[in-house]
Amino acid sequence: MNFRFDLIAEYMPFFLQGMLVTIGLSLAAIAIGTVLGLFIGIGKIAQNPYIRLPFTWYVTFFRGTPLFVQMLLVHFGLVPLIIGDTNGIIAAIVALSLNSAAYIAEIFRAGIQSIDKGQMEAARSLGMSHKQAMRYVILPQATKRMIPPLGNEFVVLIKESSIAAIIATPELMYWGRAMQGQYYIVWEPYLTVALIYLVLTLSLSKVLSFVERRTKSR
Amino acid sequence: MIQVKHLKKSFGKVEVLKDISVDIKEKEVVCVIGPSGSGKSTFLRCLNKLEEITSGQVIIDGQDITDPHVDMNKVRQEVGMVFQQFNLFPHKTVIENIILAPVKVKGVSEKEAIERGISLLKKVGLSEKADSYPDELSGGQKQRVAIARALAMNPKVMLFDEPTSALDPEMVGEVLNVMKELANEGMTMIVVTHEIGFAKEVSDRILFMDGGYIIEENAPEELFGNPQHERTKAFLSKVLS
Repeated sequence: MNFRFDLIAEYMPFFLQGMLVTIGLSLAAIAIGTVLGLFIGIGKIAQNPYIRLPFTWYVTFFRGTPLFVQMLLVHFGLVPLIIGDTNGIIAAIVALSLNSAAYIAEIFRAGIQSIDKGQMEAARSLGMSHKQAMRYVILPQATKRMIPPLGNEFVVLIKESSIAAIIATPELMYWGRAMQGQYYIVWEPYLTVALIYLVLTLSLSKVLSFVERRTKSR
Repeated sequence: MIQVKHLKKSFGKVEVLKDISVDIKEKEVVCVIGPSGSGKSTFLRCLNKLEEITSGQVIIDGQDITDPHVDMNKVRQEVGMVFQQFNLFPHKTVIENIILAPVKVKGVSEKEAIERGISLLKKVGLSEKADSYPDELSGGQKQRVAIARALAMNPKVMLFDEPTSALDPEMVGEVLNVMKELANEGMTMIVVTHEIGFAKEVSDRILFMDGGYIIEENAPEELFGNPQHERTKAFLSKVLS
């Protein structure tokens, strides 16, 4: 087998460009997904079962259906419905954000509920409102426990952003497929793409384990 | 100070408190004893509404806390509580545990709260531990910090829910001593406890609970020396032997 490094070199500018788009998509989805996920996670632990219901449905839908399907629904359905036209970048960010929000909501819920209920009782017995107890007592402790699973979710998000290739978002995987289509070669484009994903996910893991160590003390 | 009228509490179908009525006067120290499952802790937790009250009335310092219009957060500032499991905030130092509620709830300045916190720590014998974290303290020390934290809100009543039950035997004394001192200073106290010796020595009145009722209440010398009810006798013969 003749491994064509020359063709990889030729495509490298596209791969690097695609990598930047992948990073951009992931960062946007992490930011939006985290905010949305916090909101949904808090909704899921509401006292009132009727308030909980839509949040539970949301999580059930987005965790129970493939991201592939969600991506197509958003690209050809949701985005045109809202802005009249569709756009690969916007659709990919929206689909990834909606999807990761469901997982992040569960991480927030589990983190909050993992705190011993004596903590809430002690805070309330001192006269704090539910909100104050959450803010000063529960969330600071829960956040530390959420960091490892959140990190996992962010790594998964980087990898799953590759699904955006099927709606022609010019991210990393898109360029891998383009190279395969142009030269009818498999190993060169996909191994290169795999390697770049690996570099991205490993770097993020390193950053996260650093953050974890920094916040571990208490 | 506290009036409880026909208090009932059910968890689902299980009625834990069946009909509790009792008055607690200012500066009175009342110990609640009884076998486990008798509803002692639930009774105590109804007094600051950590448990929803199923029916009846609980009046704290003139305010009926079963009235939904009463601001429980205000009432709870007047009612300190100490838990069996301490429930210190593990992410905060001892002094931060103590000043959190005064600063955030009452709006006391941080400087003032720290001054008061340090004097409370002196009182419970832990002034050198102000900057320690809870996981660096022994059980007895944690419970003394928890008492100081409750006192920092200047409550009118203190509730103690089996404050020494989770402690190693050699640490029980240090916590009871702090509580005795508090009783001597005239704090109104309701103490759910298994420490019969403490109950005898410190309390003005003992409530004996069993099966969701107050079976018998009396001054300690009467209740322990001359119990009237069969169930009281049976319980005392077990714990005093």
